[in-house]
This record gives sequence, structure tokens and C-alpha cells, in this order.
Amino acid sequence: MTALTLTLRDKPRHRIDMAAVRPDRLSDLRPEDVARLSLDYGNRQVLLGELFDITGRDPHHLIIRNSCSLLDAIGAGMETGHISIHGNSGDYLGLGMHSGAIEAHGDSGHWTGSGMQNGMIHVDGNCGDFAGAALPGEHQGMRGGTLLITGNTGDRTGDRMRRGQILIEGDAGDYCGARMVAGTIAVLGKVGIAPGYGMRRGTLLFEHRPASIPATFNDCGQHTLGFLRLLLNSFSELNSRFSQLDSNRLRVRRYSGDLACDGKGEILVWVSY
Amino acid sequence: MIINGVTIDDTFAEAFGMKATRVLITAINHRWARYAAEAMTGFATSIIGCGVEAGIEAELPAEETPDGRDGISVLLFGMSSKVLGKQLANRVGQCLLTAPTTAVFAGMGGDKTLDLGRNIRFFGDGFQTSKLIGERRYWRVPVMDGEFLCEESTGYTSAVGGGNFQVLATSEAQALNACEAAIDAMRKVPNVIMPFPGGVVRSGSKIGSKYSELPASTHQVYCPTLKGITDTQLTPEIESVLEIVVNGVNDSDVRIAMRAGIEAACAVGAQQGVKRISACNYGGKLGQFHFHLREILA
Repeated sequence: MTALTLTLRDKPRHRIDMAAVRPDRLSDLRPEDVARLSLDYGNRQVLLGELFDITGRDPHHLIIRNSCSLLDAIGAGMETGHISIHGNSGDYLGLGMHSGAIEAHGDSGHWTGSGMQNGMIHVDGNCGDFAGAALPGEHQGMRGGTLLITGNTGDRTGDRMRRGQILIEGDAGDYCGARMVAGTIAVLGKVGIAPGYGMRRGTLLFEHRPASIPATFNDCGQHTLGFLRLLLNSFSELNSRFSQLDSNRLRVRRYSGDLACDGKGEILVWVSY
Repeated sequence: MIINGVTIDDTFAEAFGMKATRVLITAINHRWARYAAEAMTGFATSIIGCGVEAGIEAELPAEETPDGRDGISVLLFGMSSKVLGKQLANRVGQCLLTAPTTAVFAGMGGDKTLDLGRNIRFFGDGFQTSKLIGERRYWRVPVMDGEFLCEESTGYTSAVGGGNFQVLATSEAQALNACEAAIDAMRKVPNVIMPFPGGVVRSGSKIGSKYSELPASTHQVYCPTLKGITDTQLTPEIESVLEIVVNGVNDSDVRIAMRAGIEAACAVGAQQGVKRISACNYGGKLGQFHFHLREILA
């Protein structure tokens, strides 16, 4: 069975809420039923078939072609299946997803992976602000799974993140890992100001020393940390630069903080070798 | 049945159901991994007095360990998961946490688990941190040489303890020589340990004693110096009996190990003083596993 493919006919004039288009909710639907799904489109509702051409029948693998940054909440809350997105995607990509995989070939908007609990989101492009972060009013951001970003992320990546890992091959913006509760964020590029601001626990792992580290982080010196090998080995199956990292890179400088908030978090900066 | 001049008695070893767990110990090199493993498996020869029976299962090359360092796998057997868990926690705390450069990982999966680092982490006095990697949680406990890395829990399984056979020889040296050959062969078998010193025990025991407070006492029918004053299982030429006890993750592992050991002992041969192979049982009424020597060797 070929993948269920939705091809956006024209660039929409308004934002489209794609939360209803989830592989796990399409499994019992025929293509004609899929076409009759109602989507929020700006301040009104339209049928999916009015916006997308539909081909294929396998809902467990959903392909969205000709996607654009106005398609919000793709894969939100999904519990199984695989979504491939060709083109940019809007905000809330994979919002609160429970399981499954999203592969986005393009940039994604703000709050990518916010509240996700498990599964894998791979953005082969850049992310907006608040990747893996908590929505306003939420106590926790990402709660599990892996958010892999090939490009750069905006500000507040992993804000209030609780569990899981965010892996950024490019640069991260300001306040990366701010108010983080736990989890891991690794950045191979540069990092903006005030990483780990207000973090309680968790690990920020950086290739390069950030331009500024908050004054409430204390330098604990250079160390060889054995758990890094386990972490690096866990990257080995990823389709990413992270899988090519030398698993012997265990030597880091450790900054402990944020001492204003428990201080059990850490910024680890790889030592050149 | 006679192999290389050695008589195989028509008897069986009687073994018991136990609980077993495995942990993987790694360190900066094999030397320090072995120090830690030997400490952890020390004083663990018999549940009668040690709580658990434990031993080194195998040395692991770096490419087979979770953190890519030299390692050793250790098996521990207890009569219940409660006892096993308590002994495991004590031994991790006193023997692995204390050993320089070591880390410890689960060696078994499954839904049934025992605490490994779940309580040891409190040694960190609030400075400990956890890291969830994949589905497995690890604890990083700060210690004076860096961090003690310890997986949160390890699985356990039902297992078999008390498989055994005895080597009856015309002298102590000849019995020991045959047992050393047997142990060398049995150590190549996975999923088993021989918990006694060097894998060999000389103090085979029976249940009970004339002294009411003792749960076990010497098995006089196999003591060569008592041949003239008690019932005996020994013929006049037998001067020494040594026993090898083997515990395994399942009964087929025990069977494979017993066969390897008996064959190696028989290979030494009657010419070298090895006269009989026998086994210890309690009439078949206590243990649910019976390993008949002649069936194993058939």
C-alpha cells in the first residue's frame, strides 16, 4: 500500500490547523472520508479535500507535499505512525505527540515538539523559537522523545523541558535550556546568551563555549565523564552528524548551575582534543 | 558407564530453583574490573551462610560493554528476589561504589527488576544526578575519582542452583588436578558460575546435624577418613573427594556445564587416579531439578 499523500494545491491565505490529520486517527478512514475531514482554516472551517489532493491509502505513513509555514500542529498528539513533510511546516509541529516519527524536510515554526512525550521529530531545516519548550501557562515543555534539528533553533529552546533530548546540529538562540527541569540539549554550533538560565536539572552539552554563561553557574573544571559514552553511543542510529561524533569525546569542562535554582543542572563544553 | 577408565555412577545431582541476576562491571582496565568483581563475589559461596551465591561469569572485551571499557559479568543467585536484592544492594555499595574507576550496568532485562543504583544514589548526598538514555536510567554519583556511574536497576529471573558432581580420586592432588581441568572447561560455558573457591568445594554437606542449631554438616559418607566407622560411598582406593557445584540461569545451562566439566575430568583419566564421578542428592525429594549423570553424558 502506498503512503497516504496530501499535496497542498495552492498556498493558503490563512493558517490551517492540521491537528486532525494524524496517522492513528486516519487508520479507519477511506480516502474519500479523509477528504471530508474538517480543518480550521483562519476563522472558518473547510474540508481537507478542498485544500489538498489525496493519493495513496496507507495512513500509517502520511506524506504532506508542497507544505508551507501556515500548516500548524502537524502530528500534534499523534500516537503512532510516520509523517513526512516536504516543504516548511508551521507552528506546533508534533505538539504533545506520544509516539511515532515526524520527518520534516524544511523549516518548522515556533513550539516545535512542545510537550512531546515520546517519539522522534527530525527537522531537516531550522526551527523557530521555543522548540521543545512549554506553552504559555504550561509547567513543562518536552517530556520525552528526541527532537533532532539539522539547522538552527531560535530562542528559548527547551524552555521548561522536563525529559528527552533536543539535538541541534546548527546554532541555538538565546536562553537555550532556560528554566529546564531535566533532560538533555546538545548543540554542535554556537549558542546565544544566557544558556541554562534558571535551569534546575539537566544537561546542556555544547561543542563551543557559549559567548556568555550566567553568573549563577560555577566552573567545576575539566573532567572525563563516563556517561557521555553512553549518550554518544545512543546517537549512533540517528541520521545526523550526531551519529558521527567520536564516542571517546568524554572530556568536558563542567559548569554547574543554575545556582539560583537548585544548581543541579550542568553546562558541559567539550574540550578540544 | 565408564569413560577413559572413570566410572560414572548411576545417580543424579539434585538442584533447586533460585533467583538470579547479572550485572556488568566495567573499569579503566581489566585489572580494576576484576578487583571489583572479586570483591563483589567474595564471601558468596553458599546461601547457607553468605546470603547469595555469586561468581564471575566472564571477562568482557571493551566492545561488548555498555561504556566501551573492559568489563566483567557477574552472576548472583539467591533463594528469593528479596534476599537477592538486599545482597545486591550491599555488594554494589560496599564493593563497586568503593572501587576506583568502576561503573555498573544491568546484565539482564525483563519486567522483574532489582534495585541497582536506585538507592546507592543517595550516597551522593543530594549531588547525584540521573540521566535517562533511551529507556534506561543511570545515576551519576559524585565520588573522589570523578563519578560512579550506575544503572538504576537490573532484571532478575528464575534460575537453577546446586547442580553438582563429585570427583573421586586416589589422592587429593589427583582429585584437584581433575577438578581444575573441569573448571577450566566449565568457565567457557555462558550463564553459569561455580561459586566455591576456584570453583571447587571439599566440604560437601548434608542437611542437618547432630547439633540442632546447625542447618548443615559434613557429608560423612564421602569423607575418606571415616570409611571405617560410618556408612560410606567410597571404595578402599578412594582417598579424596572434591565436588563442583554449578548454578545456571536455566537447567540446560547447568546440564551443558556439568557435561563439559565431567568430560574434562574424565579426560584426565583413571591412569591419573580419577576413579569415579558421582553426584550429590537428597533422595530427589527436595529439589525440583534432577541431573542424571549418565543422561547428561549420553
